[in-house]
Amino acid sequence: MADIRELRRLMRQLEDQLVVCMRCGMCQAVCPVFAQTGRESDVARGKLVLLDGLMQAMLDDPRAVRERLQRCLLCGSCAANCPSGVNVLDIFLKARAILAGYLGLPPAKKVIFRRLLAHPRTMDRVLEFGAVFQKLFTRPVNEIVGTSCARFASPLLADRHFRTLAAVPFHRRHPSLHTPPRGSGLKVGFFVGCLIDKIFPNVAEAALRALEHHGVGVFLPGNQGCCGIPAISSGDTRTFNDLVRYHLDKFESADFDVLVTCCATCTSTIKKIWPSLCEEDLAARARSLAARTMDISQFLVERVTPAAAPARSANGRIVTFHDSCHLKKSLGVFSEPRDLIRANADYTLKEMAASDDCCGMGGSFNLEHYDLSGRIGRLKRDHIAATGCSVLATGCPACMLQIADMLSQAGDRIAVRHPVEIYAESFSAR
Amino acid sequence: MLSQTLIREFKAQLGEDAVFADPADLLTYSYDAAPLQPVQPGLVVRPASGEALRQAVRLCNQNGLALTVRGAGTNLSGGTVPLPGGVVVVTNALNRILEINSEDMYAVVQPGVVTARFAAAAQAQGLFYPPDPGSQAVSTLGGNVAENAGGLRGLKYGVTRDYVMGLQFFDVNGELIKTGARTVKCATGYNLAGLLVGSEGTLGVFNQITLKLIPLPAAQRAMMAVFDHTDRASETVSAIIAGHIVPATLEFMDNFTIRAVEDYSHAGLPVDAAALLLIEVDGHPAQVQEDAERVEALCRQHGAVSIRVARDAAERTKVWEARRSALSALAKLKPTLVLEDATVPRSKIPAMVKAVGEISREYRLSIGTFGHAGDGNLHPTILTDKRDKAEWERVEQAIAAIFDRALALGGTLSGEHGTGIAKACFLEKETSPATILYSQRIKKALDPNNILNPGKIIAAAT
Repeated sequence: MADIRELRRLMRQLEDQLVVCMRCGMCQAVCPVFAQTGRESDVARGKLVLLDGLMQAMLDDPRAVRERLQRCLLCGSCAANCPSGVNVLDIFLKARAILAGYLGLPPAKKVIFRRLLAHPRTMDRVLEFGAVFQKLFTRPVNEIVGTSCARFASPLLADRHFRTLAAVPFHRRHPSLHTPPRGSGLKVGFFVGCLIDKIFPNVAEAALRALEHHGVGVFLPGNQGCCGIPAISSGDTRTFNDLVRYHLDKFESADFDVLVTCCATCTSTIKKIWPSLCEEDLAARARSLAARTMDISQFLVERVTPAAAPARSANGRIVTFHDSCHLKKSLGVFSEPRDLIRANADYTLKEMAASDDCCGMGGSFNLEHYDLSGRIGRLKRDHIAATGCSVLATGCPACMLQIADMLSQAGDRIAVRHPVEIYAESFSAR
Repeated sequence: MLSQTLIREFKAQLGEDAVFADPADLLTYSYDAAPLQPVQPGLVVRPASGEALRQAVRLCNQNGLALTVRGAGTNLSGGTVPLPGGVVVVTNALNRILEINSEDMYAVVQPGVVTARFAAAAQAQGLFYPPDPGSQAVSTLGGNVAENAGGLRGLKYGVTRDYVMGLQFFDVNGELIKTGARTVKCATGYNLAGLLVGSEGTLGVFNQITLKLIPLPAAQRAMMAVFDHTDRASETVSAIIAGHIVPATLEFMDNFTIRAVEDYSHAGLPVDAAALLLIEVDGHPAQVQEDAERVEALCRQHGAVSIRVARDAAERTKVWEARRSALSALAKLKPTLVLEDATVPRSKIPAMVKAVGEISREYRLSIGTFGHAGDGNLHPTILTDKRDKAEWERVEQAIAAIFDRALALGGTLSGEHGTGIAKACFLEKETSPATILYSQRIKKALDPNNILNPGKIIAAAT
């Protein structure tokens, strides 16, 4: 282990960002984790104090700081509500990287990130293998939500109701694509994202149908990988930078107008986190790509303007929409996915209470703090169920996983869909 | 650090999950929202029942441990900064609204209930809890009572003190003390609630609070008056009060603050205005109509260059958004923000605004002034960076100067933020040595071991 003075020196990089917090405590009003625990170390103010304490040598236990720093969904609710404009996520991610550099990554994460995540082809092969054998270990529990659970007691799966790996992942259906622009005169780069590729390939299929429908050309380079968020949120800058470079190389090989993704998390990672946390020599390239990256719903609504739906049938299926944190709080996108849903006359959009409250997923937060994640998720489930809907739509596959788990465990018969799936149905059916 | 035996005793009485002794956790309870040095406590406890709270108080007294009660830690005068090695008692697990009685218009709450949540629950029953401190989205009612918190509506509706009908609190021995009642009138016993409101955790620990509720006003109207001279705005405030009109809110914003808000929120504020008044009248629709017209006329008489009256709820929201974003907008300019709340009799507002301007120039500091002009409670807000030692010295001198000027105008050191640590050494200036001594005697009689938040308010005693 390196010298703690070296750690303090590295923490000094954060000083100018840390002093912005005036300790007003307004983050307590919106933090989903704090709402459950009431513990100051769970809310942004407390975590910022811990980082400050480590920097100023008021505390000499980096492990204790890291443990508390990891108890965060990175949902950005605090930053969106911060009177002083503290860039909370940027600080937390940088601090996690500094602490991981000092303490080392936990062994399991190191294997997963460095051996799997950093090598998209290997990861594809391993998970395709997994898709074949998963039926041995899992059984379906709710055919409407589309979830399964473990056949045997499993420490990894616990009591989760999860969506299994798709039998045929998206990259097997469409290894690569390069179609010219047609009616719209536009061409997009298409970043698939791991969860969509491996668990929700139908979402990407729907997006391709929508792009096709509007005469948008698609550049889909093969062998895509992960956007890097799991790595950087655990502080693994090496894997993160490898992935940023890998995808910059891929997407810079062709011309397109806009990079789109169907994953709110991937979009916000590419737009916000790539430019601010990647290596210096990649920064200009990352900034340039970030500037033309959009969520699929935003692209469709702003650039090709979906036709307004004809008069709504009275007996349309009721759908409610969950605002993913990465879509609304990070990217400010919330009306566009609703526009896509409204464009399908077979559905009636009914808002739930607190539609932008975090679902409690937070990526690896769910793996490390399943109990807490579930407590937050059940609040979301109650708001969804109260609408009497038969469909829940959300623009983030990670939220889709969490919400499917919560709905399934409650025995709800509510399908979980992406807005672009609902939108694509409106013209595919005709 | 407390002994392991003692920590085990706390755990046995309060529950394993309610006791925090890890240095990392302790550090997260070493501060509040005042720009003061953090102080690391020796233990943090989070009782989840009245009985657990009682045990915490009892154990602290038995073992001579300084006890600091903490709600949301939004205090602006350091009242929740603990003593070195002391015990922080966090009340946010005591967060139940025990009763909202619509017939008799009162409510009974635990101390950790969040102010805004309570106000919303009352409103859902057609009732109104007016005190609305700036931190209401997170602040606790226990903290509001302990600090006698105010807010934007003080002028017409008063402050927290005016809504406390009764209290149940623990004395240092953990005995339950009851004062006040659920009745509108109550003439039994000493007015202990009067003593405990604003006592900042130095005389007892709240277990239950009975709060008065009132009917919701039927109508309101908001307006924004623009002035090209600060004096004219502050004279208008005095004229409205002298005209015996009592708006629900009467807020002032100086040019520095207007520009900061406009840069931040692009709300369309007139950036060349010297000052703004944001005014809202409420009550019976007929009275609202009449009051609004009179206020508008007074603004014009005193030289308002324009007046914007909100025509609907959306416009009303816009007016108040501008005011609510004042602190945020200023906070974004510099790392450290010192929010003062020296208060003067309302007729002295013009003089106080002038004084703050002079102090800003004399000490070469950026000071944005906004606040509750209608009740004389301005918030001169000093923008600085605590790391700049030389400037910080000037900030401290400027604070002392603001206090001096407010006192010279017949005012007080604090309208709503409390004395805490930050103003303790100035209290004698406002009162007298005998007042401090009298207060110290009360404290000594009720808390002989001096364990209840020592060093706050009457610091000179310790």
